[in-house]
Amino acid sequence: MLSEQVELNRGLAQMLKGGVIMDVTTPEQARIAEAAGACAVMALERIPADIRAAGGVSRMSDPKMIKGIQDAVSIPVMAKCRIGHIAEAQVLEAIEIDYIDESEVLSPADDVYHINKRDFKVPFVCGARDLGEALRRINEGAAMIRTKGEPGTGDIVQAVRHMRKMNSEIARISSMREDELFEAAKELQVPYELVQYVHENNRLPVVNFAAGGVATPADAALMMLLGAEGVFVGSGIFKSGNPEKRAASIVQAVTNYKDAKLIAKLSEDLGEAMVGINENEIQLIMEERGR
Amino acid sequence: MRIGILALQGAFAEHKKMLENLGAECVELRQANDVIDLDGIVLPGGESTVQGKLLRELNMFDKIQKLIEQGLPTLATCAGLVLLADEIVNDDNVYFKTLPVSIKRNAYGRQLGSFDTVSDFKGIGEFDMKFIRAPYIVDAHGAEVLAEVDGHIVAVKYNNQLALSFHPELGEDNRIHKGFLQMVQKYSCQ
Repeated sequence: MLSEQVELNRGLAQMLKGGVIMDVTTPEQARIAEAAGACAVMALERIPADIRAAGGVSRMSDPKMIKGIQDAVSIPVMAKCRIGHIAEAQVLEAIEIDYIDESEVLSPADDVYHINKRDFKVPFVCGARDLGEALRRINEGAAMIRTKGEPGTGDIVQAVRHMRKMNSEIARISSMREDELFEAAKELQVPYELVQYVHENNRLPVVNFAAGGVATPADAALMMLLGAEGVFVGSGIFKSGNPEKRAASIVQAVTNYKDAKLIAKLSEDLGEAMVGINENEIQLIMEERGR
Repeated sequence: MRIGILALQGAFAEHKKMLENLGAECVELRQANDVIDLDGIVLPGGESTVQGKLLRELNMFDKIQKLIEQGLPTLATCAGLVLLADEIVNDDNVYFKTLPVSIKRNAYGRQLGSFDTVSDFKGIGEFDMKFIRAPYIVDAHGAEVLAEVDGHIVAVKYNNQLALSFHPELGEDNRIHKGFLQMVQKYSCQ
């Protein structure tokens, strides 16, 4: 049996499904995101594209700035801490954040250990590139998973790669004989019980969103078609020409991801998309942080 | 029995699974064209701001409001309760206004205020109730009170509408969903 808190924390992620979580840096942006239909906002000082541009060490945001955003909206507010930074996570819990993203977008504080998320009452979401990473984070206490993608690039290719890899590994585990699961658990470096769950349910034990590189309504629809249960949009909205319109269009595209006619309409006149950076042009690979 | 599950955003899949396990046929409502030939409707948990906005943008709002007013059996949980309520004491946005109750949104605070408790549900008995950033009912006015937790009303019935602050779709206990299907059965036999 799962503890009550784990169920409530996984439950909040279930309530976010089919929705779009948007990165915001000010109360004003948070209000725009809420009005556009965001199901939650991620409060951070700099969006990933700007973190990339600025370079240097990037850390948890100023709690005062996060509180300003909490006061501005009625939807859940998430915030990021550095991988392995127990104290930053405790600070975010102390200001009653709704979800902590232990995120590769910030500079890792620990290059070996992730936070023991079971020690916290507040829920965590973590990035993953494949099933092994996802189950290791869940074993540490993550209540929600997202693909890592490659944040701040506006390039969807890595998120697609991570979602496809996760799906094919889940399919592989599902089709195994039961006596093969022990070896699979060893390969994935995760407890047998988690592998058994995937085998029996043909899915992760927690909600799985897409993140990293989503810039257009069609990008969001693509991730939903590949099995994402919702979408994070980071730099894609407030780095674009018309944030309100783009945000609202992405929200509708996630709900009706199978309706190509509607997505065609939603893609009209959105103004300039964020400037993308191709995979082979980036110097800092965030997805390799924290395995 | 054909139950429409509002599938704009939130935990609609959980309701669908529970009702299908009880033998009901379920259809996901994502656009106005989906709202057809229904014997009942479920308004799931999620974010009411998102659901309310999409209901209007996708031209589903008036259609569903009319069906509920005309007596279509309705099961609403958490954000669904917010959509039905006639008055929200801490928010100026109201939606269907078909349920004559006053509610408070995010009444227990942020996620750290979310909780799980066992309490009495009228006609069913003890029920495991999960509250996730939940609303509660400040004043039930004409609606029948079905459950209270710590002095706050968390479940009401008003004619065809069954509305809850908590999430029966997240557990294994399907007695509330069974009760809802009985309401649907009675309605479709009329």
